[in-house]
Amino acid sequence: MQVAIINITYLLASVLFIFGLKGLAHPRTAVRGNLLGALGMLLAIIVTLIDRRIISFDMIIAGLVVGAAIGAVLAVRIQMTAMPQLVALFNGFGGGASVLVAGAALIEAGLLGDVDNLQLTIATVTSGIIGAVTFWGSLVAFGKLQEVISGNAIHFPGQHVLNAVLGAIAVALGVWIVLNPTFVTAYWVLVGVGSILGILLTIPIGGADMPVVIALLNSYSGLAAASTGFVLSNNVLIIAGSLVGASGLILTSIMCKAMNRSLSNVLFGTLGPTEATATADEVYAGKVKSASPEEVAMLFDTARRAVIVPGYGMAVAQAQHAVRDLANLLESRECEVEYAIHPVAGRMPGHMNVLLAEANVEYDKLKEMDDINPTMAQVDVAMVIGANDVVNPVARTDPSSPIAGMPIIDVDKARTVVVVKRSLSPGFAGIPNPLFAADNTLMMFGDGKKAVLELIAALKES
Amino acid sequence: MEVFVGVLTIFVLAIFVGFEVITKVPPTLHTPLMSGSNAISGITLIGALISAGSQQTTLTTILGFCAVVFAAINVVGGFLVTNRMLQMFRKKD
Repeated sequence: MQVAIINITYLLASVLFIFGLKGLAHPRTAVRGNLLGALGMLLAIIVTLIDRRIISFDMIIAGLVVGAAIGAVLAVRIQMTAMPQLVALFNGFGGGASVLVAGAALIEAGLLGDVDNLQLTIATVTSGIIGAVTFWGSLVAFGKLQEVISGNAIHFPGQHVLNAVLGAIAVALGVWIVLNPTFVTAYWVLVGVGSILGILLTIPIGGADMPVVIALLNSYSGLAAASTGFVLSNNVLIIAGSLVGASGLILTSIMCKAMNRSLSNVLFGTLGPTEATATADEVYAGKVKSASPEEVAMLFDTARRAVIVPGYGMAVAQAQHAVRDLANLLESRECEVEYAIHPVAGRMPGHMNVLLAEANVEYDKLKEMDDINPTMAQVDVAMVIGANDVVNPVARTDPSSPIAGMPIIDVDKARTVVVVKRSLSPGFAGIPNPLFAADNTLMMFGDGKKAVLELIAALKES
Repeated sequence: MEVFVGVLTIFVLAIFVGFEVITKVPPTLHTPLMSGSNAISGITLIGALISAGSQQTTLTTILGFCAVVFAAINVVGGFLVTNRMLQMFRKKD
């Protein structure tokens, strides 16, 4: 009877998770969706506590208090610009928990003589590998985003061979553990190998590819939970884990499509200038026009429709509030302002949207690339702030370019383009951007926030 | 084996449900979807509670305790930060 109550409550929790995720997919229902998910989790936790196997609550209460306190402080204190690294960190903790639970289950199975259970042993091995890769991969992603370690792609010779060898060792160890499940030390060696693999697989991914890796780690954390569900034969773990695994995979695929690259190219390939790429001198020499805030203000004075294209540089400069003030000022002068958001702008899926929402920009002003591009020719001023590769027209024109075929925001089709940028340095793809040298482009060099504030001041004076 | 086929069935069906539920997420919500789903993947907490509370050996209890801490960070932090973000997305009057 008790088992039945527990399992029915788990079923209820699973249904709440499904409704919760469904709600998260629409702006109007998202807050309620998140609450439904949290309610499902609360029910699952409470009903687990009546499980007969639990004989002491000391460790449970201590662990819950410590974990909840750390999680709550992080969630409340974090700045919106630091959201990508926080999401990465939370992902990692989920993966780490799966490793530990599977390890404990393997030890218990050894004590209870349940080690001939193939489902348990195979799932334990899978949890160990996926969980370790998630944990360390997420920590590396966190380190890169927090700039504790270099945010660039790090490559070294023999990288792929080393990864392949480690992968083979992990599989061999896994098989050995399934055959000799009582030797638990082997499991921790496997976790060690998985940890190194997690680090090595994430180290070579950097900069503009981070959204893909964050989405992928999100998927892994779900799959690790599902795998732990197989270890424990626990339905709610399997259902919740596979829902999250599927959701992460969908995001990963959206991110890859937005860069016109395959997942394996993002994970294992290198992105950079090719022989055929024009040098910066060829593209820029004598053609780049620099403009003062006053000149740009005069442009905006007569503009009826403006589009702002934010990129990671806006997040770095913390310029989102200044940008919002600029948009409000323009709107008060009868100029329609919209924001064009490229799917991979920033360092995680939806990064720009979160920052602009923090600055109180209404979400219906945030336009998707495919919606805004057809109307770009009717835009008086397109202002690019801290974005580069996602507005580089060579993606359309030069099939030999490393970003060839990547969908971009067609700002070059607007009547005038203003680019706010520190220098002419290339973006993540490492190639020059002919947009900066185009006849209808004005460069406004400087820190994003400072430049926008100067522009606002100039607009108010005119 | 019967148990395995049972849980495998649930796994495969849940993956399909996941794909169906999450197709066509508006890009505006990609970040909250990620952090919210991430909080749900902290469901490992359930397994961690049993490991920490069943007191089989000192080692499993310690592993269970660490797992409870990790998973609770993931669950509590994940739901809270998602809620904080989503409040910002509410339409301003």
